[in-house]
Amino acid sequence: MEPPRITDPAPQSEPNSSFAERTRQARKARANERILREKSLGERTIERIRHSQSVLYAILDQAGRLFGFIGEFFKRAWRKPFEFKELLNQMDEVGSKSFLRVSVCGLAIGIVLAMQSRGTLARFGAEAFLPSMLALSVFKEIGPVITGLVLAGRLGAGFAAEIGSMKVTEQIDAMEAAALKPFHYLVVTRVLACIIMFPLMTMLVDVIALSGGFMESNLSAGMDWQVFIDTAFSSMRFVDITVDTLKTSIFGFIVGIVACFLGYTVRGGTREVGQAAMQAVVLSSLFILIADVIIVRISLLIFGDISGG
Amino acid sequence: MLDALKKNDADAAPVTGGSPPPPDDIIIELRNVHKSFGDHEVLRGISLSVKKGTSAVVLGGSGSGKSVLIRHIVGLLKPDQGEVWVKGQRVDLLDGNELDRVRLSIGYLFQGGALFDSMNVEDNMRFYLDRHTDLSKAEKQERIERAAEDVNLSQTLKQFPAELSGGQKKRIGLARAVILEPEIILYDEPTTGLDPVSVRVVSDLIVRLRDERGISSVAITHDLLAASIISDDVHFLYEGRFIASGSLDEIRETKNPVLEEFFYGTEEYGA
Repeated sequence: MEPPRITDPAPQSEPNSSFAERTRQARKARANERILREKSLGERTIERIRHSQSVLYAILDQAGRLFGFIGEFFKRAWRKPFEFKELLNQMDEVGSKSFLRVSVCGLAIGIVLAMQSRGTLARFGAEAFLPSMLALSVFKEIGPVITGLVLAGRLGAGFAAEIGSMKVTEQIDAMEAAALKPFHYLVVTRVLACIIMFPLMTMLVDVIALSGGFMESNLSAGMDWQVFIDTAFSSMRFVDITVDTLKTSIFGFIVGIVACFLGYTVRGGTREVGQAAMQAVVLSSLFILIADVIIVRISLLIFGDISGG
Repeated sequence: MLDALKKNDADAAPVTGGSPPPPDDIIIELRNVHKSFGDHEVLRGISLSVKKGTSAVVLGGSGSGKSVLIRHIVGLLKPDQGEVWVKGQRVDLLDGNELDRVRLSIGYLFQGGALFDSMNVEDNMRFYLDRHTDLSKAEKQERIERAAEDVNLSQTLKQFPAELSGGQKKRIGLARAVILEPEIILYDEPTTGLDPVSVRVVSDLIVRLRDERGISSVAITHDLLAASIISDDVHFLYEGRFIASGSLDEIRETKNPVLEEFFYGTEEYGA
């Protein structure tokens, strides 16, 4: 019969040593292990600090290049060639091709907001203020932000992926080499289209959301259209509508410039293009929310709130 | 616009950066060009002269810096050191409209064709004509059809790049490169990936462009059949330097282990 194979030729302690001796050796081994672990923990901490530093440098580098790209946009947007035909194409892309998506979104928001708020307002005997609350919520905040976020999802990914794939397949280099000014053709047109179309799409969402709210009010409480509209706009100022609608031009600028920047600066292949598309959606959505907080704060300082304060 | 830019070109003083320009019969000249990406030095002192109406071929293995070299000629890359002259102008010092004026006299065939995905074949060519010429609609159409005929692909005018094979893309890329009737054409691997018949079609077209229209060219390739058809001068690039220059036969006979490996097939270059 074949003898059993010994897999561990160096046992920790002699089998016939005393219990005290074995305990002492085990304690010593545990202490050694702890020292080793602590050393590797220290090394890991240093590595983490170094990694954090390099991530921070990369973020600062990327931010610097983004600001450079924004500067380039403002420098070139006023210069020839003016690509009007491509601007119209992109306005069509931003506008009519996003129409259904934002319309459905607006309708759902209006209906749900009315349904959710009715019960709460009724508890305080303030159901009659529902149209007013709905109009304020939609026009001042929900309409602009939801439009910005929905369009950021669709256009951010689309622009970054399209421009990024043009970059990795040398199409942008081909334009550059043929003096076709790709920055004007690809970036300026898309960013301007976003700046122009975002407020228009927001107005559309506002109107559809309000119509959704009216539909709910009419079906649930039999509210008349005229009463609904009169109540809705009773506490609304013209400046509320204009400022909060026009702030979406800034959202449009953010989506357009971030997506174009990430696409235009892609290096590598299809994997990097996918990452750029994903980053475009994430970053532009994040920047929209940050910009919204800043714009609301500034507009409150300048125009006050609806109570006039 | 092209005419206007050419007129301006004639009026403007050439940008030389104080260096003596090359002789009139030299259309492209690179002087001691160095280029690095990070720590990696790709070009280490390249010097090259191309006479008007001739075809220079740059041979070399993959990653030897061939594409980087021709990108300098059209100003897509700027050298870290050295001078790049095209038509008596320092391309490495030019920018904006001045650079665009020089670029309009250069056609560039990219490795994968670099056709614009969102346009069909016809619009890919029309895009160039719309931006840079004042031709009538009929004249533009005629020029597009002639260019497509030259590469034997008239039937593809309404097709989109995604519907074309790799070889067809490259041939349409060539048709697009000549659509503005440039004085210089840069070919980045013009025949790589093509079948032998297409290699001959493209190579013959390059020769015809040189002989009939006097177009000067720089082609980078590792296709020896194409190089044998199109080359007047051959330069062999290895590790960022030219290690041999002359006719293809002269280079083939040069006693150098790298060249022998390249021409006769060994482990480093394959066959």
